[in-house]
Amino acid sequence: MEFFERFAIPHPSPAIYASMVAIALTMVAIVAGLTYFKKWGYLWREWLTTVDHKRIGIMYLISALLMLFRGGADAIMLRAQLAVPENKLLDAQHYNEIFTTHGIVMILFMAMPFIIALMNFVVPLQIGARDVAFPRLNALSFWLFFMGAMLLNISFVVGGSPDAGWTSYFPLAGTEFSESVGSNYYMIAIQIAGIGTLMTGVNFLTTILRMRAPGMTLMKMPMFTWSVLVTNVIIVFAFPVLTVLLAMGTFDRLFATHFFTTTNGGMDMLWANLFWVWGHPEVYILILPAFGVYSEVISTFARRNLYGYKSMVASMVLISLLSFLVWTHHFFTMGQGALTNSIFSITTMAIAVPTGVKIFNWLLTLWKGKIEITTPMLYSLLFIPLFTIGGVTGVMLGMSAADYQYHNTMFLVAHFHMVIIPGVVFAMLAGLTYWWPKMFGFMLNERIGKWTAWIIGISTLVAFMPMFFSGLDGQARRMYTYSESTGYGPLNMISFIGAVGLAVGFVLIAYNVYYSVRYSPRNISADPWDARSLEWATHSPVPEYNFAIVPQVDSSEAFWDAKKKGHELFKGEYEKIHMPNNSGVPFLMSCIFFVWGFSLVFSMWIPAIAATIGILACMAHRSFEKDHGRYISVEEVEETESKLRGAS
Amino acid sequence: MKIDHSLPLEYSTEENRLKILGFWIFLGAEIMLFATLFASYFTLVDRTGSGPSGADIFEITPVLIETIVLLTSSFTIGLGVHAMRIGNKKAMLSFFAITLLLGAGFLGVEIYEFVHYAHIGAGIQTSAFTAILLTTLGTHGAHVTLGLLWGTAIILQVKKRGLTPETANKSFIFSLYWHFLDVVWIFIFSFVYLKGMM
Repeated sequence: MEFFERFAIPHPSPAIYASMVAIALTMVAIVAGLTYFKKWGYLWREWLTTVDHKRIGIMYLISALLMLFRGGADAIMLRAQLAVPENKLLDAQHYNEIFTTHGIVMILFMAMPFIIALMNFVVPLQIGARDVAFPRLNALSFWLFFMGAMLLNISFVVGGSPDAGWTSYFPLAGTEFSESVGSNYYMIAIQIAGIGTLMTGVNFLTTILRMRAPGMTLMKMPMFTWSVLVTNVIIVFAFPVLTVLLAMGTFDRLFATHFFTTTNGGMDMLWANLFWVWGHPEVYILILPAFGVYSEVISTFARRNLYGYKSMVASMVLISLLSFLVWTHHFFTMGQGALTNSIFSITTMAIAVPTGVKIFNWLLTLWKGKIEITTPMLYSLLFIPLFTIGGVTGVMLGMSAADYQYHNTMFLVAHFHMVIIPGVVFAMLAGLTYWWPKMFGFMLNERIGKWTAWIIGISTLVAFMPMFFSGLDGQARRMYTYSESTGYGPLNMISFIGAVGLAVGFVLIAYNVYYSVRYSPRNISADPWDARSLEWATHSPVPEYNFAIVPQVDSSEAFWDAKKKGHELFKGEYEKIHMPNNSGVPFLMSCIFFVWGFSLVFSMWIPAIAATIGILACMAHRSFEKDHGRYISVEEVEETESKLRGAS
Repeated sequence: MKIDHSLPLEYSTEENRLKILGFWIFLGAEIMLFATLFASYFTLVDRTGSGPSGADIFEITPVLIETIVLLTSSFTIGLGVHAMRIGNKKAMLSFFAITLLLGAGFLGVEIYEFVHYAHIGAGIQTSAFTAILLTTLGTHGAHVTLGLLWGTAIILQVKKRGLTPETANKSFIFSLYWHFLDVVWIFIFSFVYLKGMM
């Protein structure tokens, strides 16, 4: 029995027991459902072993949406607790755990996979490639991310959630002040997911640099692909910092080293610095692909080519460089001295310049455009003003002297939510709606979609604008309650109403998917939006090999030219197509990674060593394996093409 | 599979070229990994708490042996890749085997060094300085260990399958990795050991 005591929850509550039951029931339901409908073979053959970038993209998408609802449930609990003064809904410990997991889940397990989902699905299509450079590695990236996310998610029913904030600052996150295994979960789950992300970076850089269609020079790439290229450069240079940081944190917690402790020379500020050396570029890893989505959507629905293509590219490159030079602004109040703070203030405010360039480019693309308000366009138009509110408050926070007033208040919380929700979440919803017909062969309902966009847009303002005011009044972030005499009550109640509005919006998205699956017409064309880039030149849904003939490109809007100027995209005849084979090894290896991580969380060394050997064995298997892929014959291509042409 | 005979075997197919570029990008990430370790090392180097400093524990003899052994191994793997390019499989296999033996020799001395540090009271738990020292050295050592396993797998494959575009590609990428570990060691030798002993 003693062995099992370590898995108990240190701060149990009825809510946690209820979720245990819910998780158990869901698992039973999934297993029973798969068995009853005889879908195990389908699941294994078509999804768990797939190396197809489109299917991997869809799996990322499903995971991101699931995590959105997990993180959203956290958010509702937080806002409900703060809605009235001296609330007893949650105690301090649970509040700590919930704001910690809300942050981790939303940033790392919702926003990141959502972006990588679109990256995976869209980029190979936009550059006219058949797959990514390393399809097997791509599958491994996804499964590592998925297992990392699952590992973090079981923490709240097995052993206890992390509770030191998503930044997990030491010494608070050290063993002295965080005794439960929660922070171990933080270190190891994020490590596993982070390795997956790093491999995504390597994979997509190689893909974009080497696998573009003939004629597509770098300066003729669609803007979304450009944004992904720049993003992946940031991933490759920022994520190794996180790897080292988490390894050192793990050592401090599991092996009692003194990297970040307050004794024997340890330096707690080293954690804060390294965390943000990764963390600030991470912000741009999130926002740059979002900018890419907006560029695509705005130029499509303004029916104009993107204004200032070169300045768009230049500003993204500049942002990527500056993103590595601003990390100290996350802790101006932690004693660097005036000179350091001033330098980082200036670099921070400098980022507003290239960002401003992009905003004006979008506005000038809209200028004299024939604007058509569709759901993706509505999100993009809502994004510009709302994101600007988030952006200019960011410049306020960037002034180090003034930051002493804002630091760690709800003002900051309002700022980064006003940047991330209109910036990243709206872009992901716009991208989801925009590329949905390419993914699944039917459109999401436009009427429900527009209602959703308006509800989410207005609710964002209702939820977060009051926090600017309560923050300036001095309401600190991460405090689980406040007294009535502070006067924060009404503002927080308004925020709660906004949070409920956001929840309604996200439920409507789920409803829209259900509604459209049932009622949306399936006889749409391959190019339902009258769009401009190559992904719309192939069928919907996309055949396995993407393009029967590799397209020829001579401008940044090759497909538009093909439609309007008679440019010939597909020259030549069908040839046999080389495709990679499916493999179960990435899934299996990631399962072993899960066991490895779980064992380390609970300091169970023997299973951890066994899992390490298992991981090495998988790598050895890959090394010795002879796998030359397979060919799709010309007859098969012809058959697929004629069938799809009939459908579209 | 289209093979371009005007290029060396390891570059001869598009898949091979993709793998080499991908590995260079991965090495870029590895540079960041070690850069983070070095930055942390320089931050923590004087924070010895009640434990010893670098000057107290570093000994020149094992470090020199490690350096010479590892630099030589970088030379021998260079010879190995040269032998591979002129199609001499036997010489290539011998040079790769010598490289791995030298790598194992390096690792042996490093293990001795770690045991020695633990013995004289500079274990990983002693201070921030010993923690970052052993983590930096250990990360490099772990890379060498993985390299030994990887290199063995490659030798077995070349022996069994001969020099094909695939095996040549693997061998070449492994040589990039091995040279990279050597470069990292030069930084460790200069900025950890020599600077620490001065």
